Amino acid sequence: MNPKPQTLFEKIWDAHVVFARHHADSEGTSDLTKRDDVRKQNEGAPAILYIDLQLVHEVTSPQAFTEIRQRGLKVRRPDRTVATVDHSIPTYDRSLPIQDALAAKQLDIMYENARDFGIRIYDRNHDKQGIVHVIGPELGLTQPGMTIVCGDSHTSTHGAFGTLAFGIGTSEVAMVLATQTLLQRKPKTMNVKVDGALGQGVTAKDIILALIAKIGVDGGTGHAVEYSGSAIRAQMMEGRMTICNMSIEGGARAGMIAPDDVTFSYIAEREFAPKDAEWDAAVARWKQLPTDEGAPYDAVVELDANALEPMITYGNNPGMGIPITARVPDPDALGDHHQKAALRKALQYMDLQPGKSLLGHPVNVVFIGSCTNSRIGDLRLAANMMKGKRVAENVRVMVVPGSQQVKRQAEQEGLDKIFKEAGAEWREAGCSACISMNGDEVPAGGYCVSTSNRNFEGRQGKGARTMLASPITAAATAINGVVTDPRTVLS
Amino acid sequence: MESIKSFTGKTVALPHTDVDTDQIIPARYLKVTDKKGLGEVVFYDWRYDADGKPKDDFVLNKPAAQGATILVAGHNFGCGSSREHAPWALTGFGFQAIVSTQFADIFRNNSLKNGLLPIVVDKATHEQLLDLAAEDPDLQLSVDLETQTLTLPDGRKVEFPIDSFSKECLLNGVDELGYLLRQTDAIEQYEKANNK
Repeated sequence: MNPKPQTLFEKIWDAHVVFARHHADSEGTSDLTKRDDVRKQNEGAPAILYIDLQLVHEVTSPQAFTEIRQRGLKVRRPDRTVATVDHSIPTYDRSLPIQDALAAKQLDIMYENARDFGIRIYDRNHDKQGIVHVIGPELGLTQPGMTIVCGDSHTSTHGAFGTLAFGIGTSEVAMVLATQTLLQRKPKTMNVKVDGALGQGVTAKDIILALIAKIGVDGGTGHAVEYSGSAIRAQMMEGRMTICNMSIEGGARAGMIAPDDVTFSYIAEREFAPKDAEWDAAVARWKQLPTDEGAPYDAVVELDANALEPMITYGNNPGMGIPITARVPDPDALGDHHQKAALRKALQYMDLQPGKSLLGHPVNVVFIGSCTNSRIGDLRLAANMMKGKRVAENVRVMVVPGSQQVKRQAEQEGLDKIFKEAGAEWREAGCSACISMNGDEVPAGGYCVSTSNRNFEGRQGKGARTMLASPITAAATAINGVVTDPRTVLS
Repeated sequence: MESIKSFTGKTVALPHTDVDTDQIIPARYLKVTDKKGLGEVVFYDWRYDADGKPKDDFVLNKPAAQGATILVAGHNFGCGSSREHAPWALTGFGFQAIVSTQFADIFRNNSLKNGLLPIVVDKATHEQLLDLAAEDPDLQLSVDLETQTLTLPDGRKVEFPIDSFSKECLLNGVDELGYLLRQTDAIEQYEKANNK
């Protein structure tokens, strides 16, 4: 009998601590640990945490590999390291050369590092290339109970599988490459309970946008979030990944959902999933992971799924979101002068008026893609909305699948035809206009309804004005050319 | 990593709340493959106009800001992306410490690994510092990491928290990767015991 009920997070954390109290070593750093006992301590000493899988991409890894080379080190576990290229690659025809010399150089360095250190890489021409947080799960690399890191804040996506997954900086990328471990302070836990049933036209994206609007972009700071409740259970893996993906936008490095039959059936038979007897043993192990009854969390937040509407953002952080039928808030109604100033600055950048509805606001670009919403389930939702229709004139609609495998699956289902016949662009896999490093961008001053995760100033191009929404809302907006409540098109 | 002990430095304020790392360094500057020169592009889109000319009214472009080593920033500074290019750009400009009421987790971790000290102060002190910086373009603050204190021009000392491990690393310029490499035996034992 387990004497102390534990959360999903605690079970995974405990299983990966190499050691928490650092013992003295021979190199004269023993004071690092001894002093913990005698000196004023503001926080506990970090644990040495074992990392089961590191995912690597071209943008945040070059300086880490340089560090490894300069120190004459090897990658400790190339078998626990997987690389892809996604951020800076163009999404035009793969047979064409890359025009951006800096991007081309960065990709070449990624290929060279992967080759020199024996790391498996899904390069630009690989038929399984894609966004790092799309291909990890798709290849069956992401499995319950693991610790996964990547030099990318949206690594929280993988938590949808009952995984402890979080973004790290480049110095930490080097640490994991060299030692397969990280020095980590144990975060607090937060339970986000979402009970009830979503209405028509309301999706996983709307759950997470509503949560961030509620807790703010700093609400989850210092916490690992576990999402639970009937509305979370009812989501397929795509929706669960969308929710965990944007945990970081609420300040939480990790978002997690307990694994269940939906999780197991998604993983089963995938390329790197355990097979046969190993599969049975793995599932038996994974079934032990969900939070024990009565295990306490440091914080609990509740959200009523029945009351949710399609969400859209009006400002320059993902917490500046409203139900699509609501009005843009008024800075004068806010008490805190910093919040007031932030909202004023955002409305000025976005050129929006307080007290007005966003419905009917013209848009220039619609972007359907990113590690938040570029999986087959997302594309099906958008295609269903666009089937037999045309996108509005003067609106550029980019549909960017999250991976080559998603692209092929969509083409087998005829989704590409629906998009192309509607007048949308059907592009190659990558991060694309979510981070706009690759030439896919929104013109200065232009409005974009985007299924991505960040509406920061300039995120989709200098001067671009981003409104975050779900794939259904984005597709409905593409058709009308103005911000549209998807429920009015569905019915 | 360079060690930090105590220093007195010119202080500037950027009071905006929730400043994300895309503002600190826009994504188009992430195609670099080394860490150098990013001080030139820190806050690029706030600092330069469409023609690449410096905006006179932006704080870092003011003559008094040249040589600044301390930045008083708004609440939740460094939210968003995990790019370590953000602290590389800030230290490239010359900053050694940032003062706020809260930092985003990944930014805080990245800063500590680059000799950039994140100093958390209470709301009242924060407001006072923002006011002081607004009134006095030549404001100077003193930081002492050993005693974990920030000293204001009136002599008031404010204690700030930092975990003992990070403090020792900063004080002694301890290299965390080197530290982890010395734990190889324990890591091997863990891998064997857990069939990794």
